Amino acid sequence: MNNFFIILFHTYLTKLKTKSFLVTTIVTAVLLIGLTNIPRIIEFFDKDGDAEKVAVIDNSGQLFEPLKEQIKASNGDIELVHFTDGLEEAEKQVEAEEFTGVLELTLTADQLPSAAYKSMSMADSMVVTELQSGLQQLKTMMASAQINLTQEQLAQLYEPVPFERAALEENAKTEEELNQARGLVYVLLFIIYFAVIMYASMIATEVATEKSSRVMEILISSVSPIKQMFAKILGVGLLSLTQMAAFLLVGYISIKQNLESMEGGFFEFFGFGNIPGATIAYGVIFFILGYFLYATLAAFLGSLVSRIEDVNQMITPMTMLVVAGFMIAMVGLSTPEAGFITVTSYIPFFTPMIMFLRVGMLNLPFWEIGLSIGILVGTIIILAIFGARVYRGGVLMYGKSNSFKDIKTALQLSKKE
Amino acid sequence: MVLKLENVTKKFGEFTAVNDLSLAIPEREIFGFLGANGAGKTTTFRMILGLLDPTDGKITLDGKKVDYSTSPIIGYLPEERGLYPKLKVKDQIVYLARLRGMNKHDALKELEYWLERFKVPEYLDKKVEELSKGNQQKIQFLAAVIHKPKLLILDEPFSGLDPVNVELLKEAVLDLKEAGTTIVFSSHRMEHVEEMCEHLCIMQKGKPIVHGALKDIKRSFGKKNLVIHADFDLSYLHRFHGVTNTKRTAEGVHLQITGEEIAGEILQDIVGKGFIRKFVLEEPSLNDIFIEKAGASYE
Repeated sequence: MNNFFIILFHTYLTKLKTKSFLVTTIVTAVLLIGLTNIPRIIEFFDKDGDAEKVAVIDNSGQLFEPLKEQIKASNGDIELVHFTDGLEEAEKQVEAEEFTGVLELTLTADQLPSAAYKSMSMADSMVVTELQSGLQQLKTMMASAQINLTQEQLAQLYEPVPFERAALEENAKTEEELNQARGLVYVLLFIIYFAVIMYASMIATEVATEKSSRVMEILISSVSPIKQMFAKILGVGLLSLTQMAAFLLVGYISIKQNLESMEGGFFEFFGFGNIPGATIAYGVIFFILGYFLYATLAAFLGSLVSRIEDVNQMITPMTMLVVAGFMIAMVGLSTPEAGFITVTSYIPFFTPMIMFLRVGMLNLPFWEIGLSIGILVGTIIILAIFGARVYRGGVLMYGKSNSFKDIKTALQLSKKE
Repeated sequence: MVLKLENVTKKFGEFTAVNDLSLAIPEREIFGFLGANGAGKTTTFRMILGLLDPTDGKITLDGKKVDYSTSPIIGYLPEERGLYPKLKVKDQIVYLARLRGMNKHDALKELEYWLERFKVPEYLDKKVEELSKGNQQKIQFLAAVIHKPKLLILDEPFSGLDPVNVELLKEAVLDLKEAGTTIVFSSHRMEHVEEMCEHLCIMQKGKPIVHGALKDIKRSFGKKNLVIHADFDLSYLHRFHGVTNTKRTAEGVHLQITGEEIAGEILQDIVGKGFIRKFVLEEPSLNDIFIEKAGASYE
C-alpha cells in the first residue's frame, strides 16, 4: 500500500480506538438520543403520576357535567370528581392528598359561571390553566346562548383576520421557510463550529506529539513531510466524518421512532419537518471546506511547537478566528441581510459559517456562492502550499521558543538552496 | 551499497553547518562518524536521509540520488528516542516498517525474531512508555533495522544501555555488517568506535579534520603512549624532550611522546634509578586522537 494511505489509515484507526474518542462519541450520541426523545421523556415522567383529581363542588347544579365534558376533551390527565360533602371536607381531603385541589363553581347574577380554586400550593399552574380555559369556553357558550347567537355567528366572531405576507423578490423564502432555515442553520453552525475547533486541535496535538516524542525524525525519513501532513489531515477528516455519520444515524433513527410525537413543538421549531436538501448539501460542503482550511492551519501551527503543552498557546489565534466567525454568524441569524454579514461572508476564515448562514437564510445568486467557495478553495490551496513548507522545516526545529518568528526560520530550513 | 558524499556543503543563512565534506563509504563496512557536539554530524545525517537538501555538492547511494524512493533501503536510529509513547510496540514497529515498504505479515515475523534475539519477547504488547530507557533503545534499534536496510545510520546507538545490552546490540550491528549492510555510526564512546569501525572521520566545525582507515590514522598520528610504573619519582619526565603530555597515575606516569625513539631515550635515563615494574609503549587510543584533534577548537 502507498505510504500516503498507510499514514491515513494509521491516523484514522489509532484515533478511532482511543478511549477519549469513544467516550466523546458515546456521550454525544446518548445526549442526542435524549434530545430527540424529549417528548417521550416528559411523557414517561408524567405517566408516573396518576391523573390529577380535582374535587368539584357545584353550587349551581348545572355546571359540572358540561365542564367535565370540556376538560375531558382537551386534557385526559385531569379528572373531575363531583364532590358533595361540603367545602371543609373537600379541603381536608386535599390536605390528605386525595385531591390535587378543590374547585367551587357558582353562577353569578348574570347566570354565568364563576369559580374558586384551592390547592396546597400555587406552584402547579397547568391544572389551573386547563380549568380556567375550560370554564372560559363554557362561559362563551352560555353567554352566546343568552343573546341568541347561532353557531355560525359565533364562528364568524372568532375567525382570525386573513393576513398574508409576500416578498416581492422572486423565490424569496416565505416566513415559514425562513423559520425552518433558521433552526437548521443554527444547528449546522454549531456542528461546524465545534467540529472545526475539535478536529483542528486534534491535528495540531497529533503533530506536536510526534515532534515532541521525536518519532517525527523517523517518519520524515520514510515519508515526505508534505505527504505526511495531508495524510494526517485526511485521516482526521475521515475520523470526523465517521463521527458525524454516527451522530446522524443515531439522530435519524431516534427521530424516526418519534415521528408520531414529532408533530408540532420542538422539531418543527427547528425546521426538521421537511429539511431542504440544498441547505444540507451546502452544510456538508462548507463543513468540509472549513475543516480543510482550519486543519491545514492547525497542522502547520502544530509543526512549530516542540512541546505538547505549547500547542494550545499556538493555536489560540486560530481558535479566536473560529469563535469570531461563530459570533458574527449568531448575530447574522436574525439579520442575514446586514452589510457586515455580506462582507464577512467573503473573508475565507469566516466563509464556512457566514456564507453558509446566508445560503441557508437568503436566496443568493449562484455567483455569490461560487465566488466565496472559490476564494475559500484558493485560500486553502495557498495555505496548504505555504503550510507544507513551514511544516517541512518546522518538524526539524527544536527549541523552547514558539513564536511566529519561527515560521520564518522554518521556511528557511525547508528552502532548497 | 556505496554511499558517496561529494563536496557537500550546508549553510543555514550565514552559518555553515557542513563545509565541503567528501566521503566514500564502501559496502560491508562500519564507518565511524565522530565529532564534538555541534560539529555537523546530525546535519550530515539529515542530508544523507534526504531531510535536508545540501546547499552544494551531492550525495549518492550506488550512484543514485537519495530521496524518498530510496527510503525503504535506509534505516535510521536518531540520537534521541523517537517512538510513540502511547502505542504498543507491535503497532508501532509494524507501522514504521510498513512505511519503509514492508508488508504487515513480514514485519510481524521479523519483529518477533528480533524481540526474541534481544531477550524481550514479552514486550510485543507493551506500550513504549512502560519500558525502561534502555529497553526503549532496543525497540528504537529494532525500528531502524526491521526492514533489512542496505544503509543503516546509527546516531549514538548505545547510549543508555548497560554493558550486557551494549554487547547484544554490538553483535547485532556486526551481524548486519556481515550480511552486507553499509553502516554509518556515530558515538562519543571512542572504545566502541575503535572496536567496530575500520574507517572513520572526525568532524570539527563542519569540516572533516581526520579521515581514513583507523590503522592509518593511528600511525600517522605519530605520537605514542608510554606507560611507566616505578617505585621512584617520575615527575621530572615531563621536562624530557619529546614528551608532549604527562598524566600522573596512582602507580606511575602516563606519557605522550612524539616517537618510538623517545621511549628508548627515556628507558636509558630511568634505568638504574630504581625498580621499574612496568614499561609499555602503546599505540595512541582514538580517545587521545579525538581530544587532540577535535579538542583544538576549545582552546
